[in-house]
Amino acid sequence: MKKIILAAAAFGMLTGAAFSQAPNFDDPAEFAKQRDQLTAAFNGPADQPYLQYAGDSMADTASFKKEGPWTVCFSNAGVNNPWRVVGYTDMTEEVKLHPEIGTFTHVDAEGSDDKQIADIDDLLAGGNCSVLIVSPNSTAALTPAVEKACAAGLPVIVFDRGVTTDCPVTFVHPVGGYGFGIQAAEHIIANVPAGGKVLMLRILPGVDVLETRASGARNMFKEAGLTVLGEEFTDGDNAKTKSIVEDYLQRGTIDAVWMDAGATAVAAVEAFEDQGVDVPVVTGEDQQDYLQKWRDLGFKGIAPTYPTYQWRTAIIAAVNTLKGEQVPSPEWILPQPAITQDVLDQYINEKMPPLHYAMCGCEDMPNYPQAWGGTE
Amino acid sequence: MSAQSLPQATSPTRRLPRINPVYVLVVALILAIIVMNPAFGEPTGYMNFLKRVTALAILSAGALYVIVSGGFDLSVGSIMTLTVIGSSMLASNDPNSTYWIIPLMLGIGAVIGLINGLVVSYLKVPSLIATLGMMITLNGVAFMWSGGAPRGYLPDTFRFFGRYNITDVPIISLLPIAVICLVVFGAILWWGMHRTNFGRMLHAVGDNQQAARLAGVPVERVRISAFVVSALTAVLAGVILGGRAGVSVDIGSGFELQAITAAVIGGAQLLGGRGSVPATIAGALALEAIFTLLNLLGLAQPVRLVVQGLILIGAVAFATYQRKRAGR
Repeated sequence: MKKIILAAAAFGMLTGAAFSQAPNFDDPAEFAKQRDQLTAAFNGPADQPYLQYAGDSMADTASFKKEGPWTVCFSNAGVNNPWRVVGYTDMTEEVKLHPEIGTFTHVDAEGSDDKQIADIDDLLAGGNCSVLIVSPNSTAALTPAVEKACAAGLPVIVFDRGVTTDCPVTFVHPVGGYGFGIQAAEHIIANVPAGGKVLMLRILPGVDVLETRASGARNMFKEAGLTVLGEEFTDGDNAKTKSIVEDYLQRGTIDAVWMDAGATAVAAVEAFEDQGVDVPVVTGEDQQDYLQKWRDLGFKGIAPTYPTYQWRTAIIAAVNTLKGEQVPSPEWILPQPAITQDVLDQYINEKMPPLHYAMCGCEDMPNYPQAWGGTE
Repeated sequence: MSAQSLPQATSPTRRLPRINPVYVLVVALILAIIVMNPAFGEPTGYMNFLKRVTALAILSAGALYVIVSGGFDLSVGSIMTLTVIGSSMLASNDPNSTYWIIPLMLGIGAVIGLINGLVVSYLKVPSLIATLGMMITLNGVAFMWSGGAPRGYLPDTFRFFGRYNITDVPIISLLPIAVICLVVFGAILWWGMHRTNFGRMLHAVGDNQQAARLAGVPVERVRISAFVVSALTAVLAGVILGGRAGVSVDIGSGFELQAITAAVIGGAQLLGGRGSVPATIAGALALEAIFTLLNLLGLAQPVRLVVQGLILIGAVAFATYQRKRAGR
């Protein structure tokens, strides 16, 4: 399922690239900006990362103020991978915290641009929405649909992937793809001897948030004088990942494995384990299975995150807008912490499912952990 | 002039010994891999390779039953996914659960195969469509079951079959459990196809259904059994692949086509009536060897895909040409 959405996105990017200008996945200015944001101070309560924001530019939403109960409409790109499953749970739980929300309408585009455009049309035609939240399936295709919703006078909140219009009230997202790549690459550079060999494992080419992760890391490896053994695409498949790492191991040593997403990190680690080789630096993401493997084997891991708590923030932004309160705008940039060795234990929870994303900011919610598939 | 060419056409020219070209292909690929990478000749090298190929080999040998009977089974990949997802959901991290989960999964597989067979035989839905529908349905079931994010690990007792090696074995030093599975199930499937009456009836049905019926073959029962065998091997392949690599939400996707490809490289005839279990297993080895070899050459991924596609077409075209020349 994840493959289909990524393939669709990749296809969109490829055709887009062929017929317009090539999208820029290697932008030094954006790279530098995100690098600064990783360590910048964020406004807002320290223990509630989903309420924090970078910068102090705010939007005045007094014109959208409305008496409850509200109908919050959400057009979702899909719930077709574990990250989105966790995020969507964060969101539905957040909705329950706001009694002013009378109805929460969720439409799932199942990873299709066309369906999502039609979904948004249907929501507008229904005329019941007080606010529209959009998690776009792809940037270019969904921009006109979002513009149409703005033109209809609805407050619009966009999150996760962006659109190329600033008509929404705000665009909620964490620091970004370069930031993710930087965190993993910095850890590798710090822990591998000069001239060390790095294998880069990626899901698929052509998707903006993944391309920026790779280009950020690639530049840093080059600068640091590390050798990139290869960039391989795993399709997010564990078996393929394991085979790729085994093949590279037969040809020589590997000092580090850099991953653009953590779903197959455990398979990469197992390839070393089963070969009877010491596990080198293997980067991952905040899934429980990787965090636990990292603790159990004691290799040098790091888990950059693309926090799922942004799904909560989208609801909070919608609620604040309908209350007429100020909202960080045009972007609500959330912190994007990496889980390092020092804080590893506090993110591990063996009662949670293996593909639960630890950086969910959801531990303080009433239905945690059952709603996320965990046990007390 | 024609007088000169005539005897040439009738007199049997010196033929190569009738050896299935897939075996030549596998040997050539393996030799090429060893030349490129001598470490492959070590037990860890080739045993890892065999371990990797086991799931596909067993799956292809099972899918061959349906192909020989004149059908297609596109649902096998989704059965593998369902097996892995279902097992991880049911196991809930309890190592003792493996003993009832694997039989349960085999039971589910048998039911799926039975439904496939009944739909094809009695509702007369073409197997391509019937199993495509089953594939979509099962992917949906697996997705519903897990909600998109599996909620459990596969316990080590389950992963035993796909992951663990017996070490300190004389001569070969290590022996993966998966390789034992490959030999055992390969032998059973070979026996069923080539040494039983059922196997002969399978060939007869695929070759000419009408003739087989007139000769007294219970066509429906034979075809249904073929789908059941195929579904059962898909469950076994799922257990082994899940054991090797762990839980993924779409672990089996693409395997249905790889299985058919392996059978065709092994010389199976797509519309039925011809096919060999050992040659199909060799076809699976060849597929995986092509993959490994291209990896070793260090070609960029796009180039590898192009070369891989061309080798596949070439191998099948060559096999077909050989068969035609041999007049079979």
